[in-house]
Amino acid sequence: MIDPFTNKEGIVDIFIEDGVISKVQLKNKLKSLKTNSKPSSSVIEIEASGFYVFPGLIDMHTHLREPGYEYKETIRTGTLAAIRGGFTSICCMANTNPVNDNPEVTYYILAKAKEEGSCDVYPIGAITKGLKGEELSEMVMLKEAGCVAFSDDGMPLMNSLIMRRALEYSKTIDAPIISHCEDLYLSENGVMNEGKLSFYLGLKGIPKASEEIMVSRDVILSKHFKAPIHIAHVSTKGSVEIIKKAKEEGVHVTAETCPHYFTLTEEAVVSYNTNAKVNPPLRTEEDKEAIIEALKEGIIDVIASDHAPHHIDEKKVPFQEALNGISGVETAFALSLRLVHDGILNLKQLIEKFTINPSKILKINKNGIKEGAEADLIVVDIQREWIVDKEKFVSLGKNTPFDGWKLKGKVLFAFKGKKTFDLREQ
Amino acid sequence: MKDLIGIKDLSRQNIEEILNTAKAFKEVLNRDIKKVPTLRGKTAINLFFEPSTRTRTSFELAEKRLSLDVLNFSISMSSVVKGETLYDTLKTIEAYNVDYIVIRHSSSGAAKFVAENTTASVINAGDGINEHPTQALLDAFSILEVKGRIDGLKIAIVGDIIHSRVARSNLYLLSNFDTEIRFVGPPTLLPKDPPDNVKIFYDIKEGLKDVDVVMLLRIQLERQNAAFIPSLKEYFHVWGLKKDIFSYLKSDAIIMHPGPMNRGVEISTEVADSCRSIILRQVTNGIAIRMAVIYLLTPKER
Repeated sequence: MIDPFTNKEGIVDIFIEDGVISKVQLKNKLKSLKTNSKPSSSVIEIEASGFYVFPGLIDMHTHLREPGYEYKETIRTGTLAAIRGGFTSICCMANTNPVNDNPEVTYYILAKAKEEGSCDVYPIGAITKGLKGEELSEMVMLKEAGCVAFSDDGMPLMNSLIMRRALEYSKTIDAPIISHCEDLYLSENGVMNEGKLSFYLGLKGIPKASEEIMVSRDVILSKHFKAPIHIAHVSTKGSVEIIKKAKEEGVHVTAETCPHYFTLTEEAVVSYNTNAKVNPPLRTEEDKEAIIEALKEGIIDVIASDHAPHHIDEKKVPFQEALNGISGVETAFALSLRLVHDGILNLKQLIEKFTINPSKILKINKNGIKEGAEADLIVVDIQREWIVDKEKFVSLGKNTPFDGWKLKGKVLFAFKGKKTFDLREQ
Repeated sequence: MKDLIGIKDLSRQNIEEILNTAKAFKEVLNRDIKKVPTLRGKTAINLFFEPSTRTRTSFELAEKRLSLDVLNFSISMSSVVKGETLYDTLKTIEAYNVDYIVIRHSSSGAAKFVAENTTASVINAGDGINEHPTQALLDAFSILEVKGRIDGLKIAIVGDIIHSRVARSNLYLLSNFDTEIRFVGPPTLLPKDPPDNVKIFYDIKEGLKDVDVVMLLRIQLERQNAAFIPSLKEYFHVWGLKKDIFSYLKSDAIIMHPGPMNRGVEISTEVADSCRSIILRQVTNGIAIRMAVIYLLTPKER
């Protein structure tokens, strides 16, 4: 077991009763425990020696698409896909239809998640009404309804004054603002990273400056107006440098990246592969390396999937017209484990980026694996190899550039409250 | 080869084969009876999602000279508005059992998408800002006719490079030969990270010094709302070819334009109508090149 919440590591026996962890016992005390327990037919014993137990992973950036785009993904399929990927908690972005900019939508999502969901769902409210970037949404009421953070993800907040107001106002509710950093004027309908390759392919480019200018802006606003900012899906070396400097200056900034930004480069779109079309776009080797380094140094706090499922009809079109996004929740953790297998991060560092760090940023007070806490953990064979098969995705979104990849690390079981998921054969 | 999607996919050998074949077809075009029975009984469809008169006419004539049955399918945005995807349009057309599809589309990569989803031979007549391979081939053919060679030439491409599929296809074609390639124009219309084998010039006089071929690109009026250049007037003032070029251009340099040209923007009337301009020759050669391309492609067995 590795648990960053309790800061405990070791070989343990974990007893779960009625969805609650009743005992976490170091292995050498096993004997006394066994005699104390009362075996009954309802007891399931899982022998997990050689495997790891981690707290359930948290994905602080997903798109569940419900309400409004149920043909892309539903709360039922999205949360089950999350479980399959090792996530027992996910945060869903506000760009649904209707937008999650009023408490009714938040209640709807939470009710649906309770009814049909497999994991915990933490909605992220819109910063502005309708994601229009004009008027602040009712952030206090949204928070009271259950939103844990605020973001206009997908529709970058271009107006710096509105961003200032959002940051200031967010202090009343103690919930972070998550910024999708993109200057839409500079992106100018671009569809991939701008550079030699975009010129070669005849595709309009999105310069790195488009992201970096907004990262700078948000860091400056955070600094001047003393409110936390979380930078979503960092994709460039320049952004890493800005965040690093800000952190050194004591600015309350946190950051996330996604597996595709430290696994792929713009080369993935060479064949006009629409499944590698994502926003921000895949960048260059230099950026990929800087992001890996930033994960190592702790400049980037969180790995999130930015799970963005789309229907096949939205990807089976010429590259320029394809929608942005990768269905990532089922591959995010296994792709990230490559950093461990390659000796870049140790396992604990990686698990922190999926558990305690997002929990702290979002202030969702996860407990980790400790007695008396709700069961919220996963069992992982980090050596088990498997082949990504998009047709086997539980997610309705089959849009992955990783189809056919051989990955190492498989979630075998997930425990979330009274729910137990046996994922061994999937 | 099944399709012609881009010059990117061609070797020098492929290019030379097309140019040689076009030479034979050009002779046919000079005869009294300009039609050959080569592809009688086969069908071509010209699938144009962007308005085009010249390219479509040139393809249509080439197809008719090869005795193909020709369908023209000009799709304004109307059926796109109706919600039909390119894939569905394509499947509809495939149900007609056509052998050749000539496609023009505003999205880069559209021709490749079409080629991957049909058994017919697909010829790219321009996809977004990506490629316009038959234009580059006819340009090469015209250069060869006038200059007798492509190797050893210095070629300047002038104008809106970043938005030009003609510039890209010409770049890839000329890169197969021993050439010096220059991009000339305002910095806002030139690539930020140019290909390694290209020299960049902002100054027209410097850019055209010692060149053998000047390729002009159309400055698209409709793009200027994005403020790449302050005005067409200023463009003409700085980068337009005016008769003063004759004072510094090599005496045997030729001037080309893919058409339609804007007199008073890319080029002045005096230059357009001068003996240096081979613009009309390019138009004639376009038919021979397109005949050659269609002739050399082989649709997949259905």
